[in-house]
Amino acid sequence: MKKVLIILLLAVVGYFTASTFFDIGFGQQPFVEGVKPVKDVYLDKTVSTLKVANTVTSIVVNFRGFDTLGEVTVLFLAVTALGSILYKKRHQVGERSVLFSASKIVTSGSKLLFPAIVLLGAYVFIHGHLSPGGGFQGGVIIATGFLLMLLAYENFSVGHTGLSIIESLAGITFAGVGLLGMINGGTFLENFLPTGVLNDLFSGGVIPIIYIAVGFKVTAELTGVIYTVLH
Amino acid sequence: MIYFILIIFLLLLMIGAAIYAVNQKDLLYAVIATGIISLILSILFYLLQAPDVALTEAAIGVALTTIIFIITIRNTVRYEEEEKTKFKSEVK
Repeated sequence: MKKVLIILLLAVVGYFTASTFFDIGFGQQPFVEGVKPVKDVYLDKTVSTLKVANTVTSIVVNFRGFDTLGEVTVLFLAVTALGSILYKKRHQVGERSVLFSASKIVTSGSKLLFPAIVLLGAYVFIHGHLSPGGGFQGGVIIATGFLLMLLAYENFSVGHTGLSIIESLAGITFAGVGLLGMINGGTFLENFLPTGVLNDLFSGGVIPIIYIAVGFKVTAELTGVIYTVLH
Repeated sequence: MIYFILIIFLLLLMIGAAIYAVNQKDLLYAVIATGIISLILSILFYLLQAPDVALTEAAIGVALTTIIFIITIRNTVRYEEEEKTKFKSEVK
């Protein structure tokens, strides 16, 4: 009886899936005649209305900004889950369960490289609307800089309260900018600042603000991950 | 033409590194091989004109994931055993 029901259910689902696939005209013009495809609307609006040089950024932060908020939330939940699984009472402040005995070359080299890596990461997320990259990429680059310092120095520590404060403030900034767009009479995450001139550093309205917030948030979260794994 | 040859060469290199990573018993070498796969993938993304994705792949796949796997290997066991994997805490 059970098997018959399962086969019947599968047949119904399969029938509707197949009929839907036959209705889709693969390789044909998907839009009604006279209506612009979505990609053309995006490419037009990016340059003319938003004044953003990088189309990927304008789609990720503006047109699909709500999805980005969801992605940031997913990363936050993953980091929280990792922290709760790996949580244990700290032995002593500064003591680490994984110890690396780094040589003089590694410690001097990482001391030299650390500011350069942080600068590169900050550049990548501040210029997210002009050049390839953005908040997520820049945040990961800065987190690798912190990873280098944590590997080189046994007693290098990042303040956990500071990380959580930065992380929360960045999240609040992202959601707050979105809500300000609603207060100014638009939709969630709609641009309300002057857009400026194309290719300028101060252009694109709220997009740089959101990307800087995302950059700080990702930096704090991934540094927290590395710190938790190493301790 | 050279462009296609380069892409096919990189893809073959990726497949080779993946097969090496699966067959290798020393897990440290296997993790390094997966890092090499990510590196080649990020070069491929750059060649296919997706620099945003290439940056993400280089930072996440090459640096962060590899290091987290290496720390995990350091905390657990380095060599893959035939029958079953033993953790350090069980051996003691």
